Amino acid sequence: MAVSGIALVLFLFAHAAGNMKIFVGNEDFDHYAHWLRTLGTPLLPDVWFLWIMRIGLLVAIVAHIYAATQLTIRAKKARPVKYAHRPKVQGSYAARTMRWGGVIVLLFIIYHILDLTTGHLNPVGDSTRPHANVIADFAPDRWYVTLFYVVSVIAVGLHLRHGIWSAVRTLGQQSKQNEFRAQVTSLVLAVVLVAMYLSVPLAVTFGWVK
Amino acid sequence: MNIKVRVWRQSGPQDKGRMVTYDVKDISPDASFLEMIDVLNETLILSGEDPIAFDHDCREGICGMCSMVVNGVAHGPEKATTVCQLHMRKFNDGDTIDVEPWRAAAFPVIKDLVVDRSAFDKIIQAGGYISAPTGTAPDAHATPVPKRDADAAFEAATCIACGACVAACPNGSSMLYTAAKITHLGLLPQGQPERDTRVVDMLQAQDDAGFGGCTNMGECAEVCPKGIPLSLIGRLNSDYRKALTRH
Repeated sequence: MAVSGIALVLFLFAHAAGNMKIFVGNEDFDHYAHWLRTLGTPLLPDVWFLWIMRIGLLVAIVAHIYAATQLTIRAKKARPVKYAHRPKVQGSYAARTMRWGGVIVLLFIIYHILDLTTGHLNPVGDSTRPHANVIADFAPDRWYVTLFYVVSVIAVGLHLRHGIWSAVRTLGQQSKQNEFRAQVTSLVLAVVLVAMYLSVPLAVTFGWVK
Repeated sequence: MNIKVRVWRQSGPQDKGRMVTYDVKDISPDASFLEMIDVLNETLILSGEDPIAFDHDCREGICGMCSMVVNGVAHGPEKATTVCQLHMRKFNDGDTIDVEPWRAAAFPVIKDLVVDRSAFDKIIQAGGYISAPTGTAPDAHATPVPKRDADAAFEAATCIACGACVAACPNGSSMLYTAAKITHLGLLPQGQPERDTRVVDMLQAQDDAGFGGCTNMGECAEVCPKGIPLSLIGRLNSDYRKALTRH
């Protein structure tokens, strides 16, 4: 859970950093996207690097979901009779929504790939012009797509707010002083990622990026 | 005080069980929660009914026998307090209070509010001990222990094995309990010989007993009557990782 999660968080940062290119310029964004395809050449043939990353991500996601499913099954088995009176869990909202939040994030990832990777759900859907895809995707009259992205990205943020801290604890964080530091760091990283991911769809919808 | 209590009644392990409502009248606000049930039981006995079975022993918060989920919270609403040390003044006149047993597959209900906690004994048997030479007891100061370690080990050793952590955990995990034992023994020089095997074996015993897996939700530490900190779970994880890499 922790190791696959950390791998995915590292990817999220790389992905978010790449997205920021759209604020530099249209050509820069397209250039960056094409560069991803030729990354690693001539050592690797074209697009190989991209596929290695994709396979790595898939392995991490499958491992993450497998571990989460195991934990969920064990939790259900561990408490066959429910409490008649059970107030809301006293811990954080983020911790309590990890499972269903995770499912929402997965559905979002599937939509997102069909939208901006394969282009099936994108109004332009031209993989040679990623910038045009993004602009068309979050056009003001497609506000519902932007809204869906906003909700999903916030779900990712909540997932990370508990997830990053929990991963650190699973890997052995144990001092009380660092517990606070780890929780604050987890919150800050989650907020930064959410801000970076929200900036692109919102900027396009409100016309700050054309 | 006049209150209503809705109590889990289950005549035996095979019975399905149900919540039953009782009126409890003229209870002193200074009565403990268990004394309130004692009073209720006396009226039940007088009317020819079966009294409510519940675990209790010292009634001063150190034995770990009392085990009730009061209004959905293990040991009731007062923090760092066992249910035997909880007083009726913490409730209001006219309240309806729900009382349930610990709910976990590893803690099957024997009767009413009494659960079988021998799964905890199995975890202890798997590694909650040290090797000590037999013969006369060594002098207490023969093995120096740093003050910080002694304090931290003592903090973990205050765990009374009541099982509230399991009762509160949304995953039904006993991680805080096992972590307290690992910390208590692993911080002291006497606990070093079995340090690696202890963490591996106790975690295995915990899984075998049917407890759930820990997801660091932190509910356990919220209800722990002894205030065992959540950070001990990190220590357990760290010990486990080191044990796996060394063997």
